Amino acid sequence: MAKTITHAEAAEAFLKDADRTQWHDETLWHVRTKRDTAAQKLPEWEQLRENASKVKEYVLSHLDELLVTFEKNAKANGIEVLWAKDAAEHNQHVYEILQKHSVQNIVKSKSILTEECGLNHFLEDKGFDVVDTDLGERIIQFNKQVPSHIVMPAIHLKKKEIGDIFHTHLGTQQGADDPNYLTEAARNHLREKFINANAAITGVNFGIVESGGFVVCTNEGNADMGTHLADVHIACMGIEKLIPRKADLGVYLRLLARSATGQSITNYSSHFHRPRSGKKMYLILVDNGRTEQLGREHFRNSLKCIRCGACMNTCPIYRRSSGFSYNATVPGPIGSILSPGMDLKKHSTLPFASTLCGSCSDVCPVKINIHEQLYQWRQVVTEAGHDSAAKKWAMKIGGKVMGSPSLYDFLGKSARSALKLTPKKLVYSRVNTWGKSRDLPEPPKESFKEWYRKNRKP
Amino acid sequence: MKVALFVPCYVEQFYPEVGIATLELLEKYGVQVEYPLEQTCCGQPMANSGYQRFGDDASRVFMENFGDYEYVVAPSGSCTLHVKEHVLGESEVKVYELCEFLTDILKVEDVGVSFPFKVGIHASCHGLRGLRLAKSSEIVGDDFNKPRTLLEKVKDIQLVELQRKDECCGFGGTFAVSEEAISVRMGMDRLADHEDSGVEVITSADMSCLMHLQGLSKRNQHPVKIMHIAQILNGAKPS
Ligand code: SF4
Repeated sequence: MAKTITHAEAAEAFLKDADRTQWHDETLWHVRTKRDTAAQKLPEWEQLRENASKVKEYVLSHLDELLVTFEKNAKANGIEVLWAKDAAEHNQHVYEILQKHSVQNIVKSKSILTEECGLNHFLEDKGFDVVDTDLGERIIQFNKQVPSHIVMPAIHLKKKEIGDIFHTHLGTQQGADDPNYLTEAARNHLREKFINANAAITGVNFGIVESGGFVVCTNEGNADMGTHLADVHIACMGIEKLIPRKADLGVYLRLLARSATGQSITNYSSHFHRPRSGKKMYLILVDNGRTEQLGREHFRNSLKCIRCGACMNTCPIYRRSSGFSYNATVPGPIGSILSPGMDLKKHSTLPFASTLCGSCSDVCPVKINIHEQLYQWRQVVTEAGHDSAAKKWAMKIGGKVMGSPSLYDFLGKSARSALKLTPKKLVYSRVNTWGKSRDLPEPPKESFKEWYRKNRKP
Repeated sequence: MKVALFVPCYVEQFYPEVGIATLELLEKYGVQVEYPLEQTCCGQPMANSGYQRFGDDASRVFMENFGDYEYVVAPSGSCTLHVKEHVLGESEVKVYELCEFLTDILKVEDVGVSFPFKVGIHASCHGLRGLRLAKSSEIVGDDFNKPRTLLEKVKDIQLVELQRKDECCGFGGTFAVSEEAISVRMGMDRLADHEDSGVEVITSADMSCLMHLQGLSKRNQHPVKIMHIAQILNGAKPS
């Protein structure tokens, strides 16, 4: 089996290009500052976050009943509701719907859930043409990549690189990278795809229990364009996406766009309640590990996430290692607390890809305690044995030393004199990772304790 | 008033001058300071590395040393936070980071020292977002900053504004080693922000972040000096 690349290895590779790292960091930091400006304009911001968190708390603790009511109301509206316990079932449902309606051409607006389920590959293998209609997603689809960010999927690409991709796939002029020109080309290209599509697949941002309807937020209107033209609309929704009442939407819509990009609201917040006459609307409710996560006491409220991406933009590690370094559908801090629940071994280094600085938790609009969950996942990872034996021993010995005052004093003194006596070359040998790019502190002539004994107390 | 002084292990071993400054500073304000001699470490290095269970002995030693005091003060936001979150349990001991002890309990108004230098404050994340020593930039609300409030009382000091006032320095305990490349990059970016703003001395309430920044600045022969906030408040000058 191929060795899974660790986050540290992937980050190191990314960091080799110092200029790109700086550009990536600054691009995302800029989004973070736009978020700050937008948030600071609402004096009630912290109250909104609190409300958003509490409402989701309610949803998670009543998920079973709420889902049943939601299904009932959606069905009464004329939506066909399907349940999927995992990715395979979800993909199979989509496939069967497409077959039933003899669909060939599919347009899809942004949906992290379908990424999670690997829907595109599944459908392409079966001969369907799936066109991602979100501009960023279309770009990476051309480039045969996965999203590096959940809100800005192509954020890892520079303007010039996008120009080259468009030149290859859409025949735009070589070297042209004017955003207006490129967007125009994409618009014309996508228009044709929209017109020819027989089915539109969308994600769901919010499923509203009381109305049995759902809301899809986009900035480009591409979800609407797709669903208005195609005969079949398939909406794919994670079961945690519920909110109880229409009134709750006000809380989330105000938080979502401000947190994501600093806009006051997404350009399109489209409400879907029932199919237009003669058309079909399907809603697939997907579990795929969510129930299991709900059952994990320390990690359940990771399911409050509204996928705004703010924790990525603020994360000093994400900004300097890019989304791909996480090797997971959802990168960044939230991904690092979701992914270990899906595959602990594969994602065992992600909870350690953090300094536990806590910026993610403070920026999160639904107040997920992300950094505390990272800490908890670390405990789970080491208990499951997915950690290096050397580190485990070092920690065990460290624990023993710190648990014994006399051993601690003795070893502290020895280490300090060893540092003093050892030639620099040896101190900074290859095994000393700290010292690769950093000096060690100068060992002092005495420790604080030694000083204290001499100067204060017997 | 009597307090027990908790000096984090790496400060005890490598930065005794920070422990001394903390002790003298508290004494200057009339506090009776006791330093329990059998103390070791709070156990954070193990716990943050995923081995909280191996830190249990350290926690036990901590409680044996400090369990009977009303107040414990430590010159570290990070260790204070770890003790509060993972060591104290049901205990009633009140553990304070030095700055918050000075502003909230002693309500220090006059510090009586001068420090004629351009100073950049490095907000250590655990002190900032864990102990809320200041309002973090993500949060909306009234601004406050306990370390800064104290430094503002120092005569002749010039506190410098940074581009990113509370971005992490990349130390993160074993992160500094396990994610070495990114840790170094984060630290270099922090140093650059301070230096671009004309900072002569970087200070912080956490020596661990400073050890990382100092290691980088020394290796790269940067002129910027590093001092713990206790040293500045106790009247020391950059060496
Ligand atoms: S965890 Fe919070 S900040 Fe991160 S994407 Fe989800 S809602 Fe946004």
